Amino acid sequence: MFHVQRSAPVHDVVVIGSGAGGGTVADVLTRHGVKVTLLEAGGPLNPARDYKEHKVPTDYPHRGAGDKAETYFGREDFGFWGAPNGYWEMDEEPYTTAPGTDFRWFRSRIVGGRTNHYGRITLRFADYDFKPYSMDGLGSDWPITYGDVAPYYDKVDRFIGVCGTKEGLRTAPDGEFLPPPALRVHEHLVQRACRSLNIPCIPSRMAILTKAHNGRPACHYCGQCGRGCVTASNYSSSQVQIFPALKTGRLTLITHAMAREILTGPDGRVAAVSYVDKDTREVKQIRCRAVVVAASACESARLLLNSKSPRHPQGLANSSGVVGRYLTDTAGYSLRGHVPALEGMMKHDTDGYSGGHVYVPWWLLEDKKRDFPRGYHIEIGGGYGMPQVGSFHGVCRQHEGYGAPLKKAILDQYGCTVGFAGRGEMIPNGQSYCEIDPGVVDRWGIPVLRFHFHWSDHERRQVAHMHETFASIIEAMGGRVLGERRPADAGQRISRPGEIIHELGTVRMGSDPGTSALNGYSQAHDHPNLFVADAAPFVSNPDKNPTLTICALAWRTSDYIAELMRKGEI
Amino acid sequence: MIERRTLLCAAAAAALAGRLSPAEAQHVHQNHAAAAAQAGGAYQPRVFTAHEYRTLRLLAGMIVPPENGQAGGVEAGAPEFIDTLASGSERLADIFTGGIAWMDSWMRADSGTAFADAPPVRRSALLDLIAYRRNAAPALNPGIAFFDWARRLVVDAWSTSPAGYEALGYQGNRGMTVFQVPEEALRYALQRSPFRER
Repeated sequence: MFHVQRSAPVHDVVVIGSGAGGGTVADVLTRHGVKVTLLEAGGPLNPARDYKEHKVPTDYPHRGAGDKAETYFGREDFGFWGAPNGYWEMDEEPYTTAPGTDFRWFRSRIVGGRTNHYGRITLRFADYDFKPYSMDGLGSDWPITYGDVAPYYDKVDRFIGVCGTKEGLRTAPDGEFLPPPALRVHEHLVQRACRSLNIPCIPSRMAILTKAHNGRPACHYCGQCGRGCVTASNYSSSQVQIFPALKTGRLTLITHAMAREILTGPDGRVAAVSYVDKDTREVKQIRCRAVVVAASACESARLLLNSKSPRHPQGLANSSGVVGRYLTDTAGYSLRGHVPALEGMMKHDTDGYSGGHVYVPWWLLEDKKRDFPRGYHIEIGGGYGMPQVGSFHGVCRQHEGYGAPLKKAILDQYGCTVGFAGRGEMIPNGQSYCEIDPGVVDRWGIPVLRFHFHWSDHERRQVAHMHETFASIIEAMGGRVLGERRPADAGQRISRPGEIIHELGTVRMGSDPGTSALNGYSQAHDHPNLFVADAAPFVSNPDKNPTLTICALAWRTSDYIAELMRKGEI
Repeated sequence: MIERRTLLCAAAAAALAGRLSPAEAQHVHQNHAAAAAQAGGAYQPRVFTAHEYRTLRLLAGMIVPPENGQAGGVEAGAPEFIDTLASGSERLADIFTGGIAWMDSWMRADSGTAFADAPPVRRSALLDLIAYRRNAAPALNPGIAFFDWARRLVVDAWSTSPAGYEALGYQGNRGMTVFQVPEEALRYALQRSPFRER
């Protein structure tokens, strides 16, 4: 434990982490006139240098496989091409898993964090998503309602720009949308197949500008959003919030700053943050009036758990003991189909923005016969994507052989595959949590997290349902399911825990300080000037990607902080 | 190809001797660079021996052969690509040196020569065995495992090359102001789908 240095100047608000949550807080608080110091554990971002959206494989001798051929040895996701600087395993900052547990934890160490590469899917939680326990007796209700968050969803939509269409569905509340782009050919087929099955298939809601918006130009449809967007035509906290906030003169950004511990005074209030300057490995300290932790759900839990003192032996905001508990990820399942209707079609540019231009929101809310709780949405992929290292490994494996017949198989199958990815709600369970591993520290001497994780039959039955749905859509398109899959296998093919990168819930909010760490404003029950503004406060993990709700709650918390500062309570 | 390169070298030498205009010299220089890159002639392997590299080039040409004037695996730079990656990954280097050595010893037992020196029909005979999982047997499994690697890397190099993009008809990553797919493509797919208008 470190002691607060009395002589240092006192900053207004220190924000830890610069992703969707930290970026939103930095932007909103500086616009309120508050001085913010933002700590980012990674380096600065230079989109012109760091984003590879307009590169092709032959621009690099390794063609995107990585200097050490990483792509061929399991380092695929977001590997070389993804907007910079993130991966599951980081040598300098490891994590551990309990025996028998599998968990993958994706971190991004750079200004903007994972918002530089994320899927831009922008979905509001539904009214019932905030009251899941009241609906089916599982999990817990949130202390807030859709009505509390809706004005902030509106603010975020208006500010970052979201395309989509108003549909009037309870399971997919409408936002304030920019127009959607045209559909791709396979998406027309999927939409018709879904119509024949009575499944809704609607334009996706994406944080992508289909028209110039708030000084940012419209999308140029190069199809590589995941590599980062040099024109800032999609949302990333780095370009949309942090760079503009820096121009106000009220934001101080400190990069390569790994938060180590939050220090409290005798009154229980937060007084300072200590961090490791990664360049010098010196421990430095900033005194402040308030701290907003937005380091990503598990990293925020880790920081609170590591901030132990005689006054707070379980760490900060943790008198209830819930910090690290209620860890969930999205339940994922994928299936691909070969669609003969697309064979021999004239080749054309199918880029659009990256990701499906349509998706399937949950549609069985009122169906009482299903054998699993909650729901899922479906993401749809296809088209003539940029050929990259690995693009045809599936054909190689399926077709085998060599020479002209292999080449023909590759040419014939290109663009004829349609993929479906289910994203379902996991119910928090007692066996899924993270804690401090007492035996391991990272390069900076900070104790690391140890993960425990367990999918239950709720999730396994849900992905079995996904399999049947995807197969029926593929068949309705006249296609055939690829791979030797049987419905019974589906439960075994659920995504690896953590892999969907929707890990959250580890510092949950609630109205009872005995069973939650934060109140409905994400303010710590135990410390009035400590807030959390990432997905850690989430009470449940609905079938809607978390980023929009992270931004909305962070905005709401920021308004609340500014109000408390005006009243002199912070 | 080598002859063409030799000629270009001669032309370049002529340019140096002042017998070509600067514009012509520039043209020759570009042709030379393109031809050298295409033939793989300029590339000095960093990992593989001359024998291994020759074998790799043969494999690349067999996995994706040139066809109707379209470049194959060699012209698409597969040997350079594999050598480049192997120079950064000992694991990958071992897979290829071990795999090539396995093919050589199989071919010596079969025909008394290294793979690269065997008659084309014997080379194809070996590939016909190791290119398919259904031939799995203790005596062939190292070859099958290796060929899976060779096939994937050669296909990757070819499909990401300009020749691969052309053969595939990839047209993306260009940027446009309004996204729209051709009506003709949509009509084509709908007509072939269960949703065709009768």
